[in-house]
Amino acid sequence: MHRFIEFLVGLLFGWGLLIAGMTDPAKVIGFLDLAGAWDPSLAFVMGGGILVGLFGFTIAKKRTTSFLGSAMRLPTSNDIDRRLVLGSLVFGAGWGLAGFCPGPGIVSMGAGESKAALFVAAMVGGMLLYEALDRWSKAAANARAIP
Amino acid sequence: MTIAWTEFTPWSALAGGVLLGIASVIFILVNGRVLGISGILGGLLLPKRTDTSWRVFFLLGMVLAPATLSLVAPGLVPAPRIEAGNAAIVVAGLLVGLGTRYGSGCTSGHGVCGLSRLSPRSLVATLAFMASGFAIVYVVRHLF
Repeated sequence: MHRFIEFLVGLLFGWGLLIAGMTDPAKVIGFLDLAGAWDPSLAFVMGGGILVGLFGFTIAKKRTTSFLGSAMRLPTSNDIDRRLVLGSLVFGAGWGLAGFCPGPGIVSMGAGESKAALFVAAMVGGMLLYEALDRWSKAAANARAIP
Repeated sequence: MTIAWTEFTPWSALAGGVLLGIASVIFILVNGRVLGISGILGGLLLPKRTDTSWRVFFLLGMVLAPATLSLVAPGLVPAPRIEAGNAAIVVAGLLVGLGTRYGSGCTSGHGVCGLSRLSPRSLVATLAFMASGFAIVYVVRHLF
């Protein structure tokens, strides 16, 4: 049952991105281009998502288990730190450069767009680079801790 | 600032956004997980892989979304316009991959789910990635 829901939710989320226009990089950049001819559509995408999300997450916060009985894995971190801000700034730069964020890149790849496939490959590369840097910085911190 | 009225699609944007919200709400309430694309994909790339199958099923759904939607509603979604060249696409992908993992989320996890949870952390992340998105587009479109 879990696997079916996960597949279905992935499908539904992909449909949402397609209908919203998020898979069209020119539209995304049109939203990010405040100084040019601005297309405010994407604010409506976020607004629609949050409108529904507010109700759902209010219920979720009151529960300890999901409807299928699995643990409620809500994020626990409240830290507003350098990682969060710096990482998000770097992400935004990539988003503005190509007009793709992770979800639309994957969906567009599924539509057979070769540039979207290239984007996803590079994104996976960036994620692997993060894992490597993370391990390296932890190893460096451990080495410093041992006198 | 001028509004691009010919590009403005409030209803399809709102409808798509509502679908994103419904998918996120089903995911947290039924499966107990936050729907964040960069986290779902990034979890497949960890050195210790423990919970891969749910991630694969979710991503499979996403990849099959265009084909199934065009089956149900042919011609509903206009063809994407990708203006960036291959070099810019690769740089963008690297920045998005690195940044979303370092910042623990993207437009879905922080932008939709995080703001719906009223998380201050996600609000800061969303403001940061939107600000740098605005800045980069300004630099690329209006300074060069």
